[in-house]
This record gives sequence, structure tokens and C-alpha cells, in this order.
Amino acid sequence: MKLDEIREHIGYQPVLLGIVALVASAALAMAAGSTGEAIAAAEAKDLRDSLAEVLPAGLADNDFLKDTLAIDKAGKPVTIYRARHAGAVKAAVFQVAERGYAGEINILMAVDAEGHTLGVRVLKHTETPGLGDKIEVKKDPWVKAFDGKSLGDPAPERWGVKKDGGVFDQFAGATITPRAVVKAVKGGLDFFAEHRTEITGG
Amino acid sequence: MSNDYRSIIKEGLWDQNVVFSQLLAMCPAMAVTTSGTNGLGMGLATTAVLVVSNVLVSMIRHTVSSQVRIPVFVVLIATLVTVVDMAMNAWLHDLYKVLGLFIALIVVNCAILGRAEAFAVKNGVAASAVDGLAMGLGFTGALTVMGLLREFLGAGTLFAQASNLLGPSFAFLEMKLPGYGGALLMILPPGGFALLGFLLAGKRAMERRAEARAAVRGRGLATPSAA
Repeated sequence: MKLDEIREHIGYQPVLLGIVALVASAALAMAAGSTGEAIAAAEAKDLRDSLAEVLPAGLADNDFLKDTLAIDKAGKPVTIYRARHAGAVKAAVFQVAERGYAGEINILMAVDAEGHTLGVRVLKHTETPGLGDKIEVKKDPWVKAFDGKSLGDPAPERWGVKKDGGVFDQFAGATITPRAVVKAVKGGLDFFAEHRTEITGG
Repeated sequence: MSNDYRSIIKEGLWDQNVVFSQLLAMCPAMAVTTSGTNGLGMGLATTAVLVVSNVLVSMIRHTVSSQVRIPVFVVLIATLVTVVDMAMNAWLHDLYKVLGLFIALIVVNCAILGRAEAFAVKNGVAASAVDGLAMGLGFTGALTVMGLLREFLGAGTLFAQASNLLGPSFAFLEMKLPGYGGALLMILPPGGFALLGFLLAGKRAMERRAEARAAVRGRGLATPSAA
């Protein structure tokens, strides 16, 4: 009964809210503290796995997660992971992004020292499920069409989807999405060509 | 008491189903049900949060004054969801990659605050836990059914990528209808609303028929000779 009376008192409300907020913050701080390490490890493993997916096995003998370089691209720094074999840079892995149909499409691509694409994977996108999400390798092998392509092969004017006179397939009902991916990969190759000496030299 | 629990379970699963009767949680229900697997995953994650939040709210129901209960519950649910989100990211990372996007969405699921307000704040801990579980499973069932139907009509598959969620031993669930490209409309939001409309109509029709049958039975009991 006594609690009922105290509960209606005006001073009780802010104290209660304060205590709840404090307890919630403490719980969050504890959870963040005990999961932080595991989350960081899981994310590093994710990054390693996705890097390994675009790089052919056995190409690198270094820990390319540590061998990084940051180069500005359109004002934003791009982290470049360098895969070396016996000290020489064999390939560079970096992220590119392009606006798709419904937001940014984040793409990870590997380029060898001569400027050929080794592999392209879409990391994150918000394209229409069932239509634009065929850019995920899990759903469709489409993205593998980029393997081995370079700035000269196909010719620059053929770097587009078939609808635009290019060599890459579009999907039924989705042209904007593959068009964005093609543009992003082409941009990545241009970026690599521009900074090639910087990337392979250091 | 057992009868009481039975009615709580029946309410959650069918009579007061979160999606089909209360029409709550439309945002996750529409966004997530593009495939059966997504619906199932979202439903299970929501169920877990719903059970814990119901239990916690029921535990503190005498301490919290009615004037500030809403902010208290909101803080509680948001904290809970964030902790679940971090814990899954840390220890169930593969599952998190599939469901990660949906976990944060659970905070804005009005069904959770709704159950705290409508049930847990007035009932004991055990009853609240049962209510959370029943409501959650009802929600899971509704989302899975909607997801499966939309997936089947829209893409011609069933439980695509189920092995990502449940483990490789469940790969047998994945089915594909050969030679059917799918009606894209069903994957898009308008298709979801259309399907929900049909499902609601179907549920009403079933309930009508059950009512009519009960009425006939009732009359039969009153005047046995008429039969």
C-alpha cells in the first residue's frame, strides 16, 4: 500500500526514469564490453573471407589485411589491400561504390598488377529482392562475368550492359542495377590505372 | 489455471493474432515477408524479444507508475533489442549476417510495446511469459505463411536460403518450381498488401463458419427434438 502512495508522488517519476536510464546504460555498457572483442574478430574474419573470395587462392603469401594503403578518390580515402607474392605486388583489393536503383551498392574488387579484374563481389546493396539482387553471387553467377576483364577488353565503349550496346547482360526487369555495377567496376579499373605506380611501387 | 493458459495461447496464435487480427507490426510484416525464410527468422527473433520484454515488464509492473510507464517500457525494449543485436553479432555471426538488418527493426515493432501495455503490465510473470511466447509464435506463423505465399507466387521458390538460417541440414526445405519466373508484383509491397487482404478475408470466412456451426450446435442443444 505504501508503494502505491509513493508511486503517485511527482518526485517519484524523474527518479524512476533516471534509475531506469542508468540501469539500461549499465546493461548496454556491459554488453558492449563483453561482445566488442568477439564482434571485431568476427568482422575481421568477414573481411578476410570476402577478400579471399575475390583473390585467387595461393596468389598472395603475405597478410594482406595488414598491407594497406589509403588513396583519395573523389575526396574520400579508399583503403587498398595489397596482395604480394615474394615481395612484389600481385594484386590490389579495394572497395568501390555506385548509386543503384535504391541506394549505394558497395562492391569489393581485386585487380592484378596488369589491370585485369580478378574478381568482383557485391558486399552490400539495397536493390529490389528478386530483381536487382541477382548481383549477389549467391543468387546468380552474373558478377563473375567481370573476371579477366580490363580497360581495353572489352573496348571502352563496350563497357556497359547489352541494352546500352555493351557486353554485359542486364536482368529482366532490372537495368539500372547492373548498369550501376558495370559503371562501378569500370570506375575501379580507371582508379587503379591512375594510381598504378603508387599501388604497385610502395 | 490450465484453462487460463490455454486461452492465452489460443488468443496469441489465432484469436488475437498480431498480424491477422490486431493488424499490428505491419511495417516488419510487409518489409520482411519477401521469402519464407526471412519471415521465419524475423518471427523467431521477435518472439525471443517479446518473451523477455513481457517477463521484465511484468516483474517491474508494481514499481513503475502509470504516468511514466511508456518511456520506461520504450527504454527497456530498446535496451533489450540492442543487447540481443550485439550478442548475436558476437556469437551467432553467421545468423546475424542473415537477420542483422531485421534485429534493429524489432524496436519499432509496436506489437512488443502493445503486449507490454495490454498484458504484461496487468498480469503475473508466468502468464506474461506464456503470452509473449504465444503472441510471438502467432506472429512467426503469420510472417512465415505470408513469406511462403509471396515467395511462391513471386519467385516460384519455397524456403530459398533456408540453410543460411537453420543450418545445412535444412537444405531439403528449399524448393524451386521449374520453368516459372514468378509474378514480381507479389515481392513488391503492393503484392504484400493484396495478399494480406486475401488472408484476412480467408480468416474472417473461417471464423464466420465456425460461429455459424457453433450457433447451430447451440440451437440443437436447446431443442434436442428439432434435430
